[in-house]
Amino acid sequence: MTRSVAWSAIAMIVVALTAPLIGSTHIELGRAFAGVSPDREILFYARVPRVLLALLGGAALSVTGVLFQCMLRDPLAEPYTLGVSSGASVGAVLAICLGFRATGLASLAGAAAVLLIVLGMAVEGRRLSSFTLLLTGVTMNSMAFAVILFLHNLASFSQSFAISRWLMGGLDAVEYSTLAWLAAAVIPVCVVVSARAPQWNLLAIGDDWAASRGVSTTALTAFGYVAGSILTGLVTALTGPIGFVGLIVPHALRLRLGADHRVLLPCSFLLGAAFLGVCDTLSRIVIAPTEIPVGVLTALCGGPFFLWLLKSKRRSLWL
Amino acid sequence: MSFAAKQLGFAYGLHDATFELPKTGLVTIAGPNGAGKSTLLGVMAGLRAPYRGSCTFAGREVRQWAKRDFARRVAFLPQAVRVEFPFTVEEVVLMGRTPYARGWFESPEDRGLAEQAMATTDTLAFRARDFRSLSGGERQRVILASALVQEPEVLLLDEPATFLDLRHQLALYRLLATIARAKLVVAVTHDLNLALQFSHHVLVMEDGTIRGAGAPSEVLTADLIASVFGVHASVEPGSNGIPWMRYDA
Repeated sequence: MTRSVAWSAIAMIVVALTAPLIGSTHIELGRAFAGVSPDREILFYARVPRVLLALLGGAALSVTGVLFQCMLRDPLAEPYTLGVSSGASVGAVLAICLGFRATGLASLAGAAAVLLIVLGMAVEGRRLSSFTLLLTGVTMNSMAFAVILFLHNLASFSQSFAISRWLMGGLDAVEYSTLAWLAAAVIPVCVVVSARAPQWNLLAIGDDWAASRGVSTTALTAFGYVAGSILTGLVTALTGPIGFVGLIVPHALRLRLGADHRVLLPCSFLLGAAFLGVCDTLSRIVIAPTEIPVGVLTALCGGPFFLWLLKSKRRSLWL
Repeated sequence: MSFAAKQLGFAYGLHDATFELPKTGLVTIAGPNGAGKSTLLGVMAGLRAPYRGSCTFAGREVRQWAKRDFARRVAFLPQAVRVEFPFTVEEVVLMGRTPYARGWFESPEDRGLAEQAMATTDTLAFRARDFRSLSGGERQRVILASALVQEPEVLLLDEPATFLDLRHQLALYRLLATIARAKLVVAVTHDLNLALQFSHHVLVMEDGTIRGAGAPSEVLTADLIASVFGVHASVEPGSNGIPWMRYDA
C-alpha cells in the first residue's frame, strides 16, 4: 500500500520536473536560470505555471471522480455528473456574452449557484439521499446545457468562437498568485477528503451498511458533495471542462489497486496530476506549433488505454 | 432487557407494535409480505427515523444512541448487499471494525478478530477474493462475518436465508442458534419450520402490528396461521419432539 503511494508520488514528480522542459521551442535550463531571454520567460512564465495548473487540475478532478463514484455507487459517475461544472460553464458563457472580462469569477459564481440549488433540493427533512443528489445534478446539467445553447444562439461571431473555445476546455499559463490560490484550496480539501477514507469505504457499499457501522451518512454525503464541488468548480473556472480525467484515472487505479479508498484517494491525487501533466505536454508538442485542446487528448490517450485495461481485466470488473 | 417497543410506528409500514425481547436467544419475526417485518428491523437498527412511540435498547431510545456506540452493540445484516467496487472479502469483513477504529489502519487485534469471524462463518478460504465473485450463499456468510467482528450484543438479520439452498439455510440457522447462546439474534424469516425448529421466541406480524409473541410452539398455531397468512396449516408432532408444520396447497 505505501509502495503504491510511493510509486505514484515518484511518477508525479518525474512528470512535474520533465514536462516544463518539453515544448515546441527548445530552451536551455542554464540560460533560463541565468535569466537570459527568451528562455527565462518561456520556462517561468509560460511552461511552469501551465504544468502546475495541469497537475493541480488533474489531481482535483481524479479525487472528485473517486468521491462521486463512491457516493453515488455508480462507476460511471464523474466530476461533471452532479452539475457544478455546468453551472461554471453557464457563468463563463454569460460573462462572454455580456462582455465581462473575468470569466473565471463568473464561472465560480455559476458553480456556487448550482451547488446551493442542488444541496437545497437534495436535503429533505435533514436527510440527504444520494439518489436525489444524482437526479437534481443531472437535471441541472440539462438545464445548464439549454441555457448555454440559448446564449450561444444569441452570441455574435467572435463571442461564439470564445464560447466554443471555453467549452472545449484547455490549459493556459495563469498568474502565480492564481495558482497559489488554487493550491491553497485544492490541497487541503483533498487531504481532508482522504482523511475520511475508511468512511468512504463504508459508503461505497451502501448507506445502511455505513450507518449500521457508526457513520452519519447524511453528514458524510453532504461533505463529499460540497468538497467535490469545490474542487470541480475551482478547476473548471480556470480550465473549462476537461473530460475523462475523473473517469479514467479512478477506474484504472481500482483495477490495479482495488477499491480501498485509503490507497485509492492518495494515488488518484498523484497519478491524476501526472496523467493531466502528460496529456498537456503531448497537446503542446504533437502538432506543434499548433496545440490540440487538452480535453481531446485526455479522451484520445485515456480511451484506448482504458479499453485495453478493460479487456485485460474484464472479468474482475464486470463480474 | 435488550429491546423494548411501546406503540412503535413508522410511516405507513408499522403501527402500535409493542413487545419486549430477552437479552439472549434466537428471536424470529414472521408474517406475510408487507406486514412490516423489515421496517421493524430497520427501526430497531437505528436506520429508519423518525419513528413514533418508543423503541428502546438497553433502556435508552434508539434515536438517542450515538451511532458509534450503538454500532458496537447492535449489528444489522441487510437482506442482500450489492457491491459496485472491487473490495476483497477480507476488506468487507474488516469494515465491521470501523466502530472501534482509532486511526486509519486496522490493528493486529482487528485482523485477529476478522480471521476468527471468517473461520466461524467458513469464509477463510476466499478471504482474498473479490466480493462480487462470490455466490449468494458465500456473500451472506461474509456479511455475517462482518457483523460478528462488530462484537455486538445483538444481531439483527433481514431474511438471512433468502438466497441460500436448503443445506446452507440449515447450516446458517444452526450457526445462529450457537451464537444466540451468548447474544440476542433477531431474524426475519418466511420459513415457519425454521422458526419452530431453531427460535426460542417468535413475533408474528400482520399489517404493521404484532399479532402474536412467545414460544414458537405456542404461538404458531393452525388458527393463527389461517388468520394471518390465509393458509390452511396443520401442526404435527415432529420426530425430535419439536412440532412440524404442513401447509395444504
